[in-house]
Amino acid sequence: MMYVLIVFLPFVAALIAGFFGRSIGDRGSQLVTCTAVIISALLSWLALYQIAFLHTTEVIELLTWIDSGDFDVSWTLRIDSLTAVMLVVVNTVSAVVHVYSIGYMSHDPNKPRFMSYLSLFTFAMLMLVTSDNFVQLYFGWEGVGLASYLLIGFWYKKPTANAAAIKAFVVNRVGDFGFALGIMGIYLVFDSVSFDDVFSAAPSQVGQTFEFLGYQVDILTTLCLLLFVGAMGKSAQLGLHTWLPDAMEGPTPVSALIHAATMVTAGVFMVARCSPIFEYSPDALMFVTVIGASTAFFAATVGLVQNDIKRVIAYSTCSQLGYMFFAIGVGAYPIAIFHLFTHAFFKALLFLGAGSVIHSVSDEQDMRNMGGLWKHIKITYAMMWIGSLALAGVPWFAGYFSKDAIIEAAFASGTDVGLYAFWMGIAAAVLTAFYSWRLLFMTFHGKPRASKEVMDHVHESSNVMLIPLYVLAVGAVFAGFAFYGPMVGDGYEAFWGEAIFLNPENHIMHNFHDVPGWVIAGPLIATALGILVAFNMYIRRTDIPVQLAKTHAALYQFLLNKWYFDELYDFIIVRPSKAIGRFLWTFGDGKVIDGLGPDGIAGRVLVLARRASQLQSGYVYHYAFAMLLGVAGFVSYFFFAGGH
Amino acid sequence: MLDWPILSTVTFLPLIGVVLILLTSGKEESAARNARWVTLWTTLFTFVISLFIWINFDNNTAAFQFVEKSSWLGNNINYHMGVDGISMLFIILTTFLMPLCILASWEAITVRVREYMIAFLIMECLMIGVFCALDMVLFYLFFEAGLIPMFLIIGIWGGGQRVYASFKFFLYTLIGSVLMLVAMLTMYFIAGTTDIPTLIDFNFDPHLQLWLWLAFFASFAVKVPMWPVHTWLPDAHVQAPTAGSVILAGVLLKMGGYGFLRFSIPMFPEGSEYFAPLVFALSVVAIIYTSLVALVQKDMKKLIAYSSVAHMGFITIGIFTFTQQGLEGGILQMISHGIVSGALFLCVGVIYDRMHTREIARYGGLVNRMPRYAVIFMIFTMATIGLPGTSGFVGEFLILIGAYQVNTTVAFLATIGVILGAAYSLWLYRRVVFGELVKEDLKNIMDVGRREMLVFAPLILVAFWIGIYPEPFLNVMHASVINLMDQHETAMQASKTILNAAK
Repeated sequence: MMYVLIVFLPFVAALIAGFFGRSIGDRGSQLVTCTAVIISALLSWLALYQIAFLHTTEVIELLTWIDSGDFDVSWTLRIDSLTAVMLVVVNTVSAVVHVYSIGYMSHDPNKPRFMSYLSLFTFAMLMLVTSDNFVQLYFGWEGVGLASYLLIGFWYKKPTANAAAIKAFVVNRVGDFGFALGIMGIYLVFDSVSFDDVFSAAPSQVGQTFEFLGYQVDILTTLCLLLFVGAMGKSAQLGLHTWLPDAMEGPTPVSALIHAATMVTAGVFMVARCSPIFEYSPDALMFVTVIGASTAFFAATVGLVQNDIKRVIAYSTCSQLGYMFFAIGVGAYPIAIFHLFTHAFFKALLFLGAGSVIHSVSDEQDMRNMGGLWKHIKITYAMMWIGSLALAGVPWFAGYFSKDAIIEAAFASGTDVGLYAFWMGIAAAVLTAFYSWRLLFMTFHGKPRASKEVMDHVHESSNVMLIPLYVLAVGAVFAGFAFYGPMVGDGYEAFWGEAIFLNPENHIMHNFHDVPGWVIAGPLIATALGILVAFNMYIRRTDIPVQLAKTHAALYQFLLNKWYFDELYDFIIVRPSKAIGRFLWTFGDGKVIDGLGPDGIAGRVLVLARRASQLQSGYVYHYAFAMLLGVAGFVSYFFFAGGH
Repeated sequence: MLDWPILSTVTFLPLIGVVLILLTSGKEESAARNARWVTLWTTLFTFVISLFIWINFDNNTAAFQFVEKSSWLGNNINYHMGVDGISMLFIILTTFLMPLCILASWEAITVRVREYMIAFLIMECLMIGVFCALDMVLFYLFFEAGLIPMFLIIGIWGGGQRVYASFKFFLYTLIGSVLMLVAMLTMYFIAGTTDIPTLIDFNFDPHLQLWLWLAFFASFAVKVPMWPVHTWLPDAHVQAPTAGSVILAGVLLKMGGYGFLRFSIPMFPEGSEYFAPLVFALSVVAIIYTSLVALVQKDMKKLIAYSSVAHMGFITIGIFTFTQQGLEGGILQMISHGIVSGALFLCVGVIYDRMHTREIARYGGLVNRMPRYAVIFMIFTMATIGLPGTSGFVGEFLILIGAYQVNTTVAFLATIGVILGAAYSLWLYRRVVFGELVKEDLKNIMDVGRREMLVFAPLILVAFWIGIYPEPFLNVMHASVINLMDQHETAMQASKTILNAAK
């Protein structure tokens, strides 16, 4: 019952706020949704205790969904350790964001709609993490996509927001395309889509092949890669990442909840959930490692030069997701989920902090128009520091435990791709520290670059926005320290139980503890280096960045334009699609099919018809009459033919 | 089982409405009002009665139920009616959509209201007849006669180019029908009967089957419509009045799919097996081709019409996989498409009634004035995209599952349509509903009224019902679909043994 409540309370709240928002008013909608999600959040922590620390698993079947032959799917809730951790992450961040939104959206006329969407998102995300089969997972997967679409486009008057919303949905669809093919493939191979059946049968398919698109391919590798394409879309990995930065068009609480802490981590969750399959496909894991490591590096480079405060954090998210993926790629699933867990706190903190900054400078997002704010908004400033320290992995903050563990695991894997990931991880760590402190320095230090009008209005946010920051700050400071032991330390096997499967030959969870000293020191040195360079460039010698941009104009433009991915896709996909569509329409349908078909025939008929023009009246009922005559003739024919 | 002829009752009940309308006289205005109410009550009553078919339907048998048989023309042609798990839901779909169509035409139709209502009632009778008929002649009569009221609805109450559209519609469907008629005659001469259940059990010569299959295919492919004989559909939709589009998309297109299930597959198993790759190829082309074309449309109805062709492509793929998931998905998707695309045409109708234009560029920012409309349109946009939880997903996913088992390439290419579908649907929605409301003439546009809510509410309910709990629909199909597969399997086995024996 408790688990049903956790999942469905936000849904009920979403319906109430959505359909009766006008009658219960703004206050009422906020009260209903916040209460529901806070209760869910508290229950989630209880669930974490019951499931992960008392080592139980709950499966609750609700209703049959689709049943066609062997294809049998039910609406089922499954709560194991992995789910419980996700429940905590989703509901905690969601509750905090709900409360924060009361303050952040206080000037918006559509509060009930906003709260309703947030709760709807929470519900879809909970369905995703509690699913017991691939199809329900897909339901949650698309459901969060819908909520994300609605929330990115929340300010529907802004053309950029609308464009970003569609882009998010369609790019995700590309990922879902792979995901759906993966699910179908799973059904084809295993005759089932329920996790238990599929996972227990996975070992028997090792080394088997099947025909896919005309090629004989390895079953497990193909399935894993297809599923991973879905994960790449949702978690914005290299190639399918282009929607995430644009998604920052949505209100900031949305960015914190959906595009930092929860939805974008769904891909990581899904791959971890599928560990019993991925563990048997080293090739797929290799691919995951390379994509993850490349994304971690790529996104960090782009983050270096962005000027929009939210986009910097968005690229940072993209980069951190890359870390999680290469952790999975080297087989360290628990560490990936551990980083997912800590990252949710500090990244949501950074986003909400950025929201507080944006709020204080009259909705300005460009850091070039900020500066010198720290004196005016000291609490926000402190919170941003905590978030940045945690993100950069400064000792004893949350990120220090999880991110360093990932880098160590990459080294400990000992494989070539593992080493690639290790070096990419170190490089990205330097960049991470750099852009984090660049953000801090540009926003809070130096001379104010905003207009005097704006500066006069700068004010600290109200408590309804600050208290959520405190809650997240606690997580950003202590989550790593408190959960390192149970999640990835000695207690990891008991904690995860059956939820995460590690191949018996996979010893990464032991090996990552025994790496050389320089490997442990690596990330720390990297972070220190990044901070120092940022300090040098943005506090001591502020002329350096301008100089660099000038001397390395090509590189600067390349990074500023995000490696030209958008332009590339526009050129090779969007424009050709439209051009082909137009061609098929006017030439294919118009000239060829209609020209040779009805219009052509009609033209020929017309020539004949002129000769018999006395028969042609042009009245519809004459034709109808002719038709009836024909039918009558046919019936009479049968009458006589049937009679003989 | 009932002891009264429920199928004939449901089929011909609408004609009683016709008689009632003809009996009422009076001034133009009162006659129009009477005609509306009579039609609404008749269609509602028909719907309620038709529900008894579903209630009394036995899910456990593949045999035809509620059978009525009496001699009709000569010794060999009977008046034979009956339904099974494949046809039953189409009857419900028809009777369900009908009252909604009448409600949607309530204010939109102002000229020749009586004739309009009569045309719709006759249409309903003929459509139900198609799905009940178990005799080929009877089927052909219903199937072809259904063209006439539709032809008139487009030709009289349609838009500017209605005559061109209605003739195009007529020309296409008629040419297909002629070939089907020839095939039916051939079958009659060989088998000596026009009785459908008998013909299903009759084994036609495998070589002949190919020709018969092609002849039937010509007719059904036009109806579906499949690429490249689809170009009548966008024109017909654009010119048809809203309710005409709903019936066209909701029911008439389904007759093609139904024809495949009732004739092509059970009667010509060899032909179906042989030509399945052709169907796959045409369907895949349809999905990608028409989706791309939909992407660049400037007219709302045309866009939805092209998306219909793409969706029907999924259905034909599903049917010709001969797998349980594919077949059931195909049938369910036909029901779902009837609901969803019907609803989308109604959505267009709502703003067409107000602004009298279907051009996308003339709209924009409607959400500011029409929040309820925005929600309704969003729900059906999501359903047409196939978002899980809505009816569009279940059918589509089952079809793709079925296709995957037969041919991964087909499933792969068809799934591309899912991406394109999201692109053109969301883009349409954005251009019409989102954005700033800047156009002067839109500034006083009214939101969805009570009558329109009444039209949409049942459609929304069903769209979610099928999406979340499709069991009641799927349960109806299981026995008949399994039977169909078994027949196909047996026929294939038999022909293999013959082949082997010949060697």
